[in-house]
Amino acid sequence: MNQLRRAFLKNAGAVGTVAVAIAAGLLKPGAVFAAAWNSLAFTAKDPAEAIKNAGYSGAAESSDIVIKAPDIAENGAVVPITATSNIPGTTSMAIFVEKNPAPLIADFAFSNGAEPYISTRVKMAKTSIVRVSVKAGGKNYTSSREVKVTIGGCGG
Amino acid sequence: MSMNRREFMQMLAVAAASGFALNSRSALSADSTGGFYDLPAFGNVSLLHITDCHAQLLPIYFREPNVNIGLGQSLNKAPHIVGEKLLKAFGIRPGTREAHAFTYLDFENAARTYGKVGGFAHLSTLIKKIRASRPGALLLDGGDTWQGSATALWTKGQDMVDAGKLLGVDVMTGHWEFTLGAERVKQVVDNDFKGKVDFVAQNIKTNDFGDRVFQPYVIKHINDIPVAIIGQAFPYTPIANPRYMTPDWSFGIQDDNMQLVVNEARAKGAQVVVVLSHNGMDVDLKMASRVSGIDAIMGGHTHDGIPAPIIVKNAGGQTLVTNAGSNGKFLGVMDFEVKGGKVADIKYKLLPVFANLIEPDAEMTTLIKNVRAPYEAKLAEKLAVTEGTLYRRGNFNGTFDQLILDALMEVKGADAAFSPGFRWGTSLLPGEAITLEHVMDQTAITYPQTTLTEMTGETIKAIMEDVCDNLFNADPYKQQGGDMVRVGGISYTCDLRQSIGKRINNMMLNGKALDPNKKYKVAGWAPVSEGVTGEPIWDVVAGYLRDKKVIAPRKLNLPKLIGVEDNAGIA
Repeated sequence: MNQLRRAFLKNAGAVGTVAVAIAAGLLKPGAVFAAAWNSLAFTAKDPAEAIKNAGYSGAAESSDIVIKAPDIAENGAVVPITATSNIPGTTSMAIFVEKNPAPLIADFAFSNGAEPYISTRVKMAKTSIVRVSVKAGGKNYTSSREVKVTIGGCGG
Repeated sequence: MSMNRREFMQMLAVAAASGFALNSRSALSADSTGGFYDLPAFGNVSLLHITDCHAQLLPIYFREPNVNIGLGQSLNKAPHIVGEKLLKAFGIRPGTREAHAFTYLDFENAARTYGKVGGFAHLSTLIKKIRASRPGALLLDGGDTWQGSATALWTKGQDMVDAGKLLGVDVMTGHWEFTLGAERVKQVVDNDFKGKVDFVAQNIKTNDFGDRVFQPYVIKHINDIPVAIIGQAFPYTPIANPRYMTPDWSFGIQDDNMQLVVNEARAKGAQVVVVLSHNGMDVDLKMASRVSGIDAIMGGHTHDGIPAPIIVKNAGGQTLVTNAGSNGKFLGVMDFEVKGGKVADIKYKLLPVFANLIEPDAEMTTLIKNVRAPYEAKLAEKLAVTEGTLYRRGNFNGTFDQLILDALMEVKGADAAFSPGFRWGTSLLPGEAITLEHVMDQTAITYPQTTLTEMTGETIKAIMEDVCDNLFNADPYKQQGGDMVRVGGISYTCDLRQSIGKRINNMMLNGKALDPNKKYKVAGWAPVSEGVTGEPIWDVVAGYLRDKKVIAPRKLNLPKLIGVEDNAGIA
């Protein structure tokens, strides 16, 4: 990446990027802003309850959901999580960090055939299963992997 | 009086040693050692490999571990085999030079018989000899080169940068190098190394946009054959070492990106693809099973001197995995026979570097002398004499670590102490003087502060569980490659059949069970968080040694292990 583009993107910041995505019709504004805030799902403390309240219950395990996350987090405050759904007709994707005080991290809705690809950073206090669930064609799918959070030191 | 087999072998070894001591310098050619370094040339592409020398410019003693436990899929497999079982697994005769190089067996006698190992001047002569029979051979340095000695610390790695260049290093990757700070590493790579040494790392990217920080690989032509060397830096540098040293870089294993890089190198015509890795051997073995198209992974980090490559099957065929020990003790030589655009055969030998078999290289000797001159007098200070062997390697403790713990607890007035499970650090024989240089060999890091912290019993247990999991997690990708934190003052059991949170039990301090809610004074060093102040560890240890003058053999605080029956990783 050239330095000019780097500087531009840094200045534009995250809000700008989201605005562009909304303008392009890739994200429904309701998925981003408070209007559709699913309070019950986002405030649930139990992972099963969060999954249920967000509408992802009864999901089938699927290897078509590809989660990219570090095996051990470099910094628990900003753990990069990327996920892609290869399931046709994906309309939404949600990330759950099961050991977090509020397990539902984000719920993304896709419209107009937007590519079901999400990339974000989550805060994790301790080692946990990171679960990505998908709604597609009226069915639910899910996949998960463990991300380890350690106090560090003592290596090598 | 009967003599058992081991004693007989020792006698033979001593006899052999006295026989060639007078003309040992001629050992580079066929002679009384049976031509120890005569390695017939093979094939048309050769790679020489050094790793984890930890800035040891001069020959040293280094005791291999008698505890290196493997569990689950690693159980009783290299590198988790020690002592006589290792000799048996690799067909090495007991009581020989090789047996001494690869194991801890009869360490004191064997070390006295065969002398010191490593040393850059000796390594240099050996590399020149091997290169002479292998035109175009590349020298690969797996990293942990700019850290581990006083001179490396005080010159910010410059002594090792210059020594590496003089040694003829062609390609390098890193780990402890990064603890000199991102800027310093970039400065060396962009200036000292420019046009001379390729620093490669496919798994280091910027935090913000995921841009490459170093070139991921380099293609070199050896006898007109394109050979790709891909770099894999230590994936957990920002976790095992201070994050603030490389605040803008992200590491990780990234085997999906590794596959892309392998494919790219192959597409560009590489007929041999080798990964120069600082993953640690268990991680390399797993990576070799998941990524295809790699001919060999030449690894380091875990300091495993493994005599023969481990063959790993994968979707694309197979990959050889090697590990070349530490402290300049070994030189790995890998010869490829490339036919019809691909590797047809591979031969590998891990040569132990015995200083008294090799005439030191004059130019390197001068460089080392010049580097050391300003510090020589200070480093030579004799602080105390040790009555026992001092060493570090081992999963749970080493005698030099125990000495550090004892010093920390006494000097700081602590109930207990923690010392990091580093795997570098040289060894001393009974009767040797402990110099300041020896202390620096165990402690020379850029974050040497000592601390005294009040911790609850619960916190102490949590820390021990956390570090223990970094060593024994069932998934190699979740291991960090160091050893268990050394613990002073607290006895415990370690149940290796369990998972995190359940391994550390029966913690006792002064004959009393550790109270989860009570606070204890715990001394430590090498804090990974920024802004911690405290007297450097070498001052604490040196002060303690000057005061004691004579160091009696240490009593190791070792946990009682559960679940290690029939484990070849413990002797």
